[in-house]
Amino acid sequence: MSDSEAILEVRDLVKYFPVRVGVLFKHTVGHVRAVDGVSFDLRRGETLGVVGESGCGKSTLAQVLMRLEPPTSGTATFEGKDMFAMRGAELRRLRRQIQIVLQDPYTSLNPRMTVGDIVGEPYEIHPEVAPKGQRARKVQELLEVVGLNPEHLNRYPHQFSGGQRQRIGIARALALRPSVIICDEPVSALDVSIQAQVMNLLGDLQSEFGLSYVFIAHDLSVVRHLSDRVAVMYLGKIVEIGTEDEIYSHPTHPYTQALLSAVPVADPTVRGQRQVIRLEGDVPSPVDPPSGCRFRTRCWKAQDVCAEEEPELITRVGGHPSACHFAEERSVVP
Amino acid sequence: MSDVATDPQTSGDTGVVPDAPLLEVDDLYVEFHTRDGVAKVLNGVSYHVEAGETLAVLGESGSGKSVTAQAIMGILDVPPAVVTGGAIRYHGEDLLAVSDQRRSDVRAEGIAMIFQDALSALNPVFTVGFQIEEQLRVRLGLSRKEARKRAIALLDQVRIPNAARRVRQYPHEFSGGMRQRAMIAMSLALDPEVLIADEPTTALDVTVQAQIMDLLKEIQVERKMGLILITHDLAVVAEVADRIAVMYAGRIVEHSDAVSLYRKPGHPYTVGLMESMPRLDQKGTELRTIKGLPPSLLAIPSGCPFHPRCPMAVDKCVTDVPGDHRLGLGRTSKCHFAEELVGRV
Repeated sequence: MSDSEAILEVRDLVKYFPVRVGVLFKHTVGHVRAVDGVSFDLRRGETLGVVGESGCGKSTLAQVLMRLEPPTSGTATFEGKDMFAMRGAELRRLRRQIQIVLQDPYTSLNPRMTVGDIVGEPYEIHPEVAPKGQRARKVQELLEVVGLNPEHLNRYPHQFSGGQRQRIGIARALALRPSVIICDEPVSALDVSIQAQVMNLLGDLQSEFGLSYVFIAHDLSVVRHLSDRVAVMYLGKIVEIGTEDEIYSHPTHPYTQALLSAVPVADPTVRGQRQVIRLEGDVPSPVDPPSGCRFRTRCWKAQDVCAEEEPELITRVGGHPSACHFAEERSVVP
Repeated sequence: MSDVATDPQTSGDTGVVPDAPLLEVDDLYVEFHTRDGVAKVLNGVSYHVEAGETLAVLGESGSGKSVTAQAIMGILDVPPAVVTGGAIRYHGEDLLAVSDQRRSDVRAEGIAMIFQDALSALNPVFTVGFQIEEQLRVRLGLSRKEARKRAIALLDQVRIPNAARRVRQYPHEFSGGMRQRAMIAMSLALDPEVLIADEPTTALDVTVQAQIMDLLKEIQVERKMGLILITHDLAVVAEVADRIAVMYAGRIVEHSDAVSLYRKPGHPYTVGLMESMPRLDQKGTELRTIKGLPPSLLAIPSGCPFHPRCPMAVDKCVTDVPGDHRLGLGRTSKCHFAEELVGRV
């Protein structure tokens, strides 16, 4: 994991949220283990896809990396410096470097602000990036970059469609010329034809500005389309990580295989001929995850060792790390 | 029409016509009267579904796919919605012309519907069991005890583990997938002939989505129900549909059997949808997109409503509304160049 320069290095990152009960005398009865020991590198100019089902901790991961939530333990370095130790001016510089695009373009834009104010607001907080006189021009440039009409500066969010609003969110994220953008489900609220437009835009911007993306999504096809490498999360842990081809064509973790085989295929002629792995039941509660391997309660390969010993995320077969005692390659995508 | 409740199977004083399609929407027009003007939401929608068959209605937001379903169920918000033309026939009987009582009977016993968001479709202050039992007690006159027994059997059938305990729980105690199963159980309680599923798996994770689609398919085959699956997801459609109706701007622009549609789409909009879909089996470079945005229903473009976004558009498309071009095997497409697209010139 170290052939090209890593811009972001995350090691053993843990984020627990306390579960508190009681009205007057609150006490903690347990913890939601949202992120529980996650490590990865993000290299300069690459897209790391993070996939997983709801509750696997992928959005919490985004919030911790944005420093919106303090981590419970673990480290993350940005360009070699400890992100969680930064204070004052150094932290402000960090905030310029890492930006986020959120899922819901309807609630992530302030309805009382014009598009110009929304996209220009980062300059209020970081005036060193654009002096006051140049801001209007900068905002217009940004709108043009994301494919919106620069003359729509004075319009309000409700005058735009979902796809256009997501472009406004992207323009806002680009305003401070960041090097890393965390995309948290940026296209999942959009229609197919609009989703494709926004995905193409994200791809174009990456090559134009040399951006690194952490691309969080639940849609496996979308993630494959944009990612260089992919991490699969289950109940707060990365269960498998590798290049896009390793994960999709040569998955070794049973959860990855089940996830991929559950994706419907847009070809009625293969109906019923595909080998589909159906998982039983639901994801267990992150407050009280299963002992050993967290996937063992739904896994068809589970043995006694899976309950006793937690599988490490190491390379056993196939040339990429997978957290399964019985990792073996199985191709499930037709 | 009498307003005495009758079994929809037997004719008698209902307008049931033998040999008519199970459910047929015929040239339906719906308008929404809004502050900004009249939105033409449905502009001549026709489709039908037979027993044991799955019809998928495919379309993006605002295409009118859910409004059609709401019109069938008689749950449109009136006002602002107004049905301005067309008919909805259940066993040949026009539901838009019958008494409220008869409509309500059909809605209860003939046609059932499940929704995308099971949490808001279920009542949070009643147990799941109560909500299933209510209709059994009112419609079939079952006692509490009998109704409870039936409810447990239904939950069992949709594979909710521990049904006898689950029946006493509230919707918030169920996970997303379980809630969707509970809603399916509820819709099956009175043994409907048609089930309308409006984006039943959109809010669910992919592994749970697969479970729910399997369940729906299995129940449909077992009970020989007509299933209308409303969705925006081309891949889900490919896995279950017998026939597909593609909607755009309140019209059915293409209607085809599933295999032919995916082999050779007969409308430029369908082509665009398929090309803009990222694929699981290969890493793409640049996705082909449909340029522009879907039209505002307050001002639908002249001629073919798709022409401003269509790569094939010529002058004729701006002036002439394309009718249904027949492409064989019951396929139709509302495009002046439909024959060229499927290679039947």
